[in-house]
Amino acid sequence: MDLVLPDFGLLFWTGLVFCSLLFLLAKFAWKPILAAVNERGDSIAEALALAEKTREEMKSLKAENDKILKAAKVERDEILKDAKETSNSMIEAAKEKSKEEAQKIVDAARDSIRSEKAAAMAELKTHVAALSLEIAEKVVRNELSSDEKQKALANNLASDINMN
Amino acid sequence: MKKAISYILVALAFSMTSFASPVNEHDKEGHDEKEFDVSEMIMHHVKDAHEWHLWGPEHGGTSIYLPIILKTKEGIETFSSSNLYHGELVHDGENHYYKGVGPAEGFGMFHEKIYELDEHGKLHFENGHVHGNIKPMDLSITKNVTSLFIGSFLVFIIMFSCAKFYKTNGAVAPKGIAKFMEPIILFVQDDIAKANINEKKYKKFVPFLLTIFFFIWINNLLGMIPIFPGSANLTGNISVTFFLAALTLVIILVNGNKNYWGHIFAPPGVPKLLLPIMIPIEIVGIFTKPFALMIRLFANITAGHIIILALISIIFINKNVAWGALSVPMALFISILELLVAALQAYLFAMLSALFIGAAVEEAHH
Repeated sequence: MDLVLPDFGLLFWTGLVFCSLLFLLAKFAWKPILAAVNERGDSIAEALALAEKTREEMKSLKAENDKILKAAKVERDEILKDAKETSNSMIEAAKEKSKEEAQKIVDAARDSIRSEKAAAMAELKTHVAALSLEIAEKVVRNELSSDEKQKALANNLASDINMN
Repeated sequence: MKKAISYILVALAFSMTSFASPVNEHDKEGHDEKEFDVSEMIMHHVKDAHEWHLWGPEHGGTSIYLPIILKTKEGIETFSSSNLYHGELVHDGENHYYKGVGPAEGFGMFHEKIYELDEHGKLHFENGHVHGNIKPMDLSITKNVTSLFIGSFLVFIIMFSCAKFYKTNGAVAPKGIAKFMEPIILFVQDDIAKANINEKKYKKFVPFLLTIFFFIWINNLLGMIPIFPGSANLTGNISVTFFLAALTLVIILVNGNKNYWGHIFAPPGVPKLLLPIMIPIEIVGIFTKPFALMIRLFANITAGHIIILALISIIFINKNVAWGALSVPMALFISILELLVAALQAYLFAMLSALFIGAAVEEAHH
């Protein structure tokens, strides 16, 4: 029966020891341990929150970067397009100009050729006239070298005139 | 090798139960061997004593004799318990008791209870109980009180060294003993206190729950060691569980708020006619909760000690060492189970205390 009946002596000592233990542990053990552990827990939670925040920031930063990149790409494309257009037009203009230039050169050449030709022709004509005169002179001289020839010629000429 | 181990186990079993040895040196007359009484041996182990028996026969073996402190009408009397155990063994019919010698003169001890002897230097018995003798207030440092000192000292040293680690290293990842204790401390704080008590109020009760958890756990484990400094059945003693449960009750009553008392004296939604029945039931309910705490811990731990001792006793009942092949593995199995029970009962006590405290400080739901 006394197994299930509290004994005053043990009850007294249990009370005394447990209460002192509770007081001592609360003061010298639980307070510093819980303070340290909870402080660490808080700092870990804080670090995690910071990491999360940083990740969010990174995400938004990345999105912004993407946006900027996209804009840059568009701009680049535009610049390229512009450049191409400009170069094309420049080439076109150069071609046009060179064509004109060539035409001009060709025209000038043609003009000079024409004038040269005219000059040459004129010279040729002069030479031919001089040659003709010379030849005619020689022929005449030959024709008139003897009397018979002079007579023949005169006859010839006279027949010609007659025929006419 | 296996044989050697089994010899060692049997030897251990002998040393553990040796106080039950039937040899009695004071028993000069008649037979040398008394019949082995299992229930007496087990009860002797499970109950408190004024000596810490180490080995050898029950009387005349090696013991640590603990100090006796008595508060009599004349004042405080202190002496060593060896003055009782080594005093005169008196037989009075069925009952036998020790008559103190030296400083213990005038005191008699019957079944570990100390009485003042009457003018004839005798104890009087009636139906196997002492009757008529004055029983002084016994504040002796008994086996359980010694175990209580050792266990509490152990808890304090463990936790103090944990605290020291954090004090020197700051809030860093724990190492050593702190590494082992921190998850348990956090478990008590988060899963026992925070989970059951209002978020804003739980902090106040964490030290109490932590202390009660580690106090019960460490003392349960100490009780599992078969020899000094273990073997005392401290947490399986009703005085200890009574005190712990009473402390929980006091905390509940002191911290119970308007909502808690309102549910007891004016349960919401209960017809007025039922109140004369409901209020007494609720008032009984206040006490049944800690009562259940007290009985649960006491019964579980005492039962564990009884089972192990009973299994070991199989050898002594059959008077054959070969039975050790059966009883030792079974006792080992129960011992391992008791390791689990030691932690489980500490958890349950703290958990249910937190639950009851949580209910007492709960704010009204609207």
